[in-house]
This record gives sequence, structure tokens and C-alpha cells, in this order.
Amino acid sequence: MIVHTPHPNLPPPSTSVGIIGWIRKNLFSSPLNSVLTLCALYIIFKYVPPMIRWTLLDANWAGSTRDACTNDGACWVFIKVRFHQFMFGFYPASEYWRVILAFGLIGALIAYLLIERTPKKSWVAAFTIFVYPIIAFFLFYGGLGLPVVETYKWGGLMLTLILATIGMFFALPFGIILALGRRSSMPIPKALSVVFIELWRGVPLITVLFMSSVMLPLFMPEELRIDKLARALIGISLFQSAYMAEVIRGGLQALPKGQMEAADALGLSYRQAMSLIILPQALKTVIPGIVNTFIELFKDTTLVLIIGLMDLLSIVQSAFADPKWLGFSVEGYVFAGLLYWIFCFSMSQYSQRLERKLHTGHKR
Amino acid sequence: MPTEDSSQKTAWWNNTHNRALLFQLLLACAVSLFFVFIANNTVHNLDQRGITTGFAFLKQKAGFGIIQHLIPYTENNTYGRTFVVGLLNTILVSGLGIICATIFGFIVGVARLSSNWLVSKLAAVYIETFRNLPLLLQIFFWYFAVLQALPSPRQSLHIGDSFFLNIRGLYLPRPIFEHGFGWVVGALFFVLLAIIIIKRWAGKRQEKTGEQFPVLWTSLALILSLPTLAYFASGTPIDWEYPVLKGFNFKNGITVIPELAALLVALSVYTASLIAEIVRSGILSVRHGQTEAAYALGLRPGKTLRLVIIPQAMRVIIPQMTSQYLNLVKNSSLATAIGYPDLVSVFAGTTLNQTGQAIEVIAMTMAVYLTISLTISYFMNWYNARSLLKER
Repeated sequence: MIVHTPHPNLPPPSTSVGIIGWIRKNLFSSPLNSVLTLCALYIIFKYVPPMIRWTLLDANWAGSTRDACTNDGACWVFIKVRFHQFMFGFYPASEYWRVILAFGLIGALIAYLLIERTPKKSWVAAFTIFVYPIIAFFLFYGGLGLPVVETYKWGGLMLTLILATIGMFFALPFGIILALGRRSSMPIPKALSVVFIELWRGVPLITVLFMSSVMLPLFMPEELRIDKLARALIGISLFQSAYMAEVIRGGLQALPKGQMEAADALGLSYRQAMSLIILPQALKTVIPGIVNTFIELFKDTTLVLIIGLMDLLSIVQSAFADPKWLGFSVEGYVFAGLLYWIFCFSMSQYSQRLERKLHTGHKR
Repeated sequence: MPTEDSSQKTAWWNNTHNRALLFQLLLACAVSLFFVFIANNTVHNLDQRGITTGFAFLKQKAGFGIIQHLIPYTENNTYGRTFVVGLLNTILVSGLGIICATIFGFIVGVARLSSNWLVSKLAAVYIETFRNLPLLLQIFFWYFAVLQALPSPRQSLHIGDSFFLNIRGLYLPRPIFEHGFGWVVGALFFVLLAIIIIKRWAGKRQEKTGEQFPVLWTSLALILSLPTLAYFASGTPIDWEYPVLKGFNFKNGITVIPELAALLVALSVYTASLIAEIVRSGILSVRHGQTEAAYALGLRPGKTLRLVIIPQAMRVIIPQMTSQYLNLVKNSSLATAIGYPDLVSVFAGTTLNQTGQAIEVIAMTMAVYLTISLTISYFMNWYNARSLLKER
């Protein structure tokens, strides 16, 4: 009897596997692709090495004066000298610990809330929303034995973060109210919400900031002097809550109607239905959208420069006017840009990850 | 029996209908009180500071110059005219920005989906870099770091004797239309009309017989040939006025001020990175089955893309794209940070500071942006309703 033994399989041709196979498949699959690859390689080799040389290899790192710059590459000494100012503005150096403590605390709280399966989340959330703002106010501004630091001394990255977080803090609840108002069946709240939302979404943030800084003092009683930072915050919060409302409305609309009907059938009141059934589901689906609006807000805080607040970009920009350090604008922009980029990029990665996780079957 | 009984049992304040009425009444009262409070304060404050009200200031002499004006403008013109000049400048930069951002965004978006790994990664780096940086920072970067590094007028970068680039701006030759140019314009209109007719005819014929007609190539040939013919036949009626260096600066020609250049580049680069993502998600939203079905019907890849994928992707792309255009128009107000004379910079800036009439000026400025936004969103709603998937 003859037993048929098949010849062992031949390995695939060496040009279709391994590195060569990958290169053939992904870079040179067609004449057009080959040309594109060569163009891309040319661009990379023309621009990337000089950039690396400028930022890292030829750059000046050591020293503390202008003389340390040899002008071959970037002079990071400029950033080093001004680093504290870029971070804290004109906040007194002896009080830096307060800012660091406040941001460290909120960072820890948010991290705790974001990490999955940590115990007692609701208590921590309540603490973050109701107690932390009070602590933060005393830490930043002073009082209770801490020396007072007036808001015009606040600046740099610290101010950028404060503007973004406080704007968000007010925009979220206000946005929820507006979104519910817009979907309400009562005509007056609905009309008011629609007008409010469309008004703020239709105009640029600059005009809103102009309005809050120029017109707000006219609107308020004469005796009431509103702090410049507070005026900017009012403008930002109003503007942001309109955008937030639209994001949340999207989440509310995505919920099947049966949820509200089921809540009604169980005899829940409007408030119970909203807080126990509708909002938890709607808010959960729009978390990525909320993070995205927060990223937009974070980028938009740079506009306060125009009404004269010293946020990160503004303080970097004003540092260029220092006669001892003329001509280091590129370094300044790269530094500020890197900071903004790190914040925005990590938040957008987080939001995308969340989106993938929440992407459940019924969503298209 | 139940309805009447139950309504008698529940107190009137527990009736949903009454409650809603009461709540709305309270809300309306609160809002009106708030506005009365504001109006009172405003009247009082304006009185105290001696600020006049009303729109009479629009007829007063402005007395300040504007570096770029599309309509004739001098310091002797009125504040009303500064409004128009600013508005036109806003429209100019937004229009150009929308065109550049769309073209560039589409290219990057398609590159992001390319099967070429390197090209796709380069596009990804571009998108992630520019959309995660504040626009204002990008405007400053182009204006203060890049454009200020350009050479002085005497050492301008140039292409031949017609294009010059230096720290003062970009100088281009200006076309001067002479007598007889009307023929060229006429020819162009004629060609456009002819193309529309050919397209209709070709469509009808294809429906009837199945034969196709190369509409695209015919139109291209027509557009290129006829106006060119008219141009030479009427004796080359365009004359170019070239920029020339006189003293310390260039004279004649068209000047693109550096503020416009920086703003335009920043707006286009930033918005293109957002549009690229929209294009990518739009194309990805068309299910793969569509491509497979098109292949099964025997369509080639080019036609599949043009006739099957893109029309469906457009349904996703256009609404998002419009909102990006709207953002671009609103973002163009950042011009004020580098001194490009747009509406906010000229009118809500200089005019406001000179007249002090904050309420009127800001209300007018906001009204302009609001009108643009509402018009576009009205159009969007119309488009959305029209392009909804027609399902059973």
C-alpha cells in the first residue's frame, strides 16, 4: 500500500513576507504609491533632521543669561529663565505651593474619578463639586490666614487652567438646564433656551469677551465693581454653556423614547425621571462630546489675551518684548505650543478611547 | 367619573397643567425683572458717564486710516463706512480661507486614508499637530515668527519680475482690463451655458440608449479653448501692471498685506486639519458593502469612488463641513490680535474706542455674525431635510 505523504508547504516567497513584503505592500504597491513614497521620504529627510538639530542637538540648555545663547539652534535658556513666570504669572514665589497644592488636589480627584472600579465614587464626586471649589478659592485667592493674592497677579499656565476648569464647572450644570429647556414642551422655557443658545453659538467668542469686559460694567449697578477675571469668566461660561447645551441635547435626543415612557409608567415625577433615568444615560453617551468641547474651550482660553488677561500665550507673547531677550519668539511659541498640545492631545486620545468603549451595538 | 373626581381630589397646585403655567409665569417674571434691572442700570450708567446713545455716530467723520480697504476709503469717511470696510475685509479673509481650507483639507483627508503607510502617517501627524494647537497661537506664529523673518523690500524673494515677497507683504501683478475684455467674459458665459445643455442632453441620451458621452473632457476642452480664442481674437485685452521697487517700498500691483497672509495661512492650516478628519470619517462611514456591490456590478475603482462612495459620504460630510465654515468665519475675528482690519478689529475696536458707544457697536457686530450663522444653519436644516435617506 502506498501512503500518500504530501510535500511540506513551501514558504511564501521572500518578497511577500517580513520587512520586504511589508514595504512592498504598504509603500510601493503601485507606481503612484512609489512616487508618493519617494516624495514623502524627500520631505522627511529635508525637514526633519534640521528641526531635530535646531530643537535638540544645536540647542543651548545651560546658562542663565543671553550670553549663553550661541545662536546655532534654539536657546532654551530663555524658557528656563522665565519658566516660573510662564507657569504662575506674577504670583508671588513664596505662595507657589498653594497653586501646586490646589492643582495637585484636583488632579488626584479627577484621576480617582476616571479610574474604573474605585470605591465610593459618588462621595468623591460630591466632594469635588461642592467642597473643592471652596478650598481652591481660598488657596488661589487667599483668606483664612493665607495672604491675599489679587487676580491681576495670576497668569501663565495657571490662569489658563483656571479659566478652562471654572468655565467648564459653570457650563455643565447650566448646559444641562438649557438642554432640558430646549426640549421642554412648555413654550416660554423653550423659547428662552433656543434664543440663548443660538445667540451665543452664533457670535465669535471675541465679541462675547468684548461684551463682558466693556458692557457688563454698564449693565451692573455703579457700586458693583466686577473683577476683570470674573468678567472674562462670566463671558466664557455663558458662551460655553450654549455649546454644552447642544452636546447634551444630542445625548438626550439619542435616547429611545421608551425610557421616558417607562419612567412615566412607573409613576416617577419629572425630576425623578430626569435624575434617575434620562440624564445618567444621556450624559454617559455624551462624555466624549463634553471632553471635546472642553478641548475647544481650553484652546479658546487664549482669546483672553485680547481683553488683557495674562494667560499662557499672553505672558509668553509679552516676554518677547523684553529688550534683554529680543528675537526668541520661535522658542517661546514652541514651548507654549508644546504645553497646549500635550493637554489637548492627551484629552482627545482619552475621549477617543472612551468613544470606542461606549460604542455599543445600537449606535451606528 | 374618574377624571372629575381625581381633579377634585388633587390640590390645584399638584395639577401638572397648573404647575406648568405657574412655573412659566414665574420664569417670565424673573427674566423680565432681570432685563428691567439691566436696562435701568444701563440708562443710569450711560447718564453718569455722559455717553450719548443712538446710531447718529454712524454719520460722523471717522478720522482714522485703515490699511486695507476693498472700497474707496479715506480718513474723511464716516463711521458707517468703517463698518462696511471691516465687513468686506472679514468676508474677504473668510472666503479665501474657506476655499484654501477645503482644498487642502480634502487632500489631507484623502491622504490620511491612503494605502501608502508613509503618506497616511504624514497626514496623521499634520492633523494631530494643528488641530491640537490654539488658533491664536498659530496666527501669532505665522505673523511674528515666520513673516517677520522675511527679508526687507530690497532683498525680496521673487519669481521673475512679477511676484515679490518681503516683510511688508506679498506683491502681485495687477490685471488691467481693457476694451474688448467683454468678449472673453461673454465667451465664458456662453461656454458655461453650452456645458449645462450638453450635460442635460448626455444624461437623457444615456438614460435612453445607455451610451455614455465624455462630458467632463468636452467641458474642459470647451472651457480652455473658447475663452482663449476670444482673448486672442479681441487682441489680448488684459494688461498687467507689475510691482516696482521705488525708494523703500514697492509701488503698483496688488499688495497682500502680511496681516492678511498670516491670518489666511493660519485659518486655512487650522481648519484644513479639522476638515481632513471630517472627510476621513465621511468616507469611512460608507459601508464596505457598497464598494463590494459596486465592484460586483463591474464598476472600476475610480467610478466606484465617484458614483458610489462620494455621494453617500457627502451626506455625512456637508453638515459638519458647514459648521466648520461657520467656525472659520467666526475665527476670522481673531484678526484683531494681529491688526488685520476686519469687522471686529476696525468697528468693535477702533470705532468703539473713539465713540465709546459700546452697546450699539457690539450689538451691530454681533448682529452681523448672528445673521451669517442663522442663514447658514437655516440652509443646513433645509439641506439635511432634503438629503435624508429615503427609506421605505
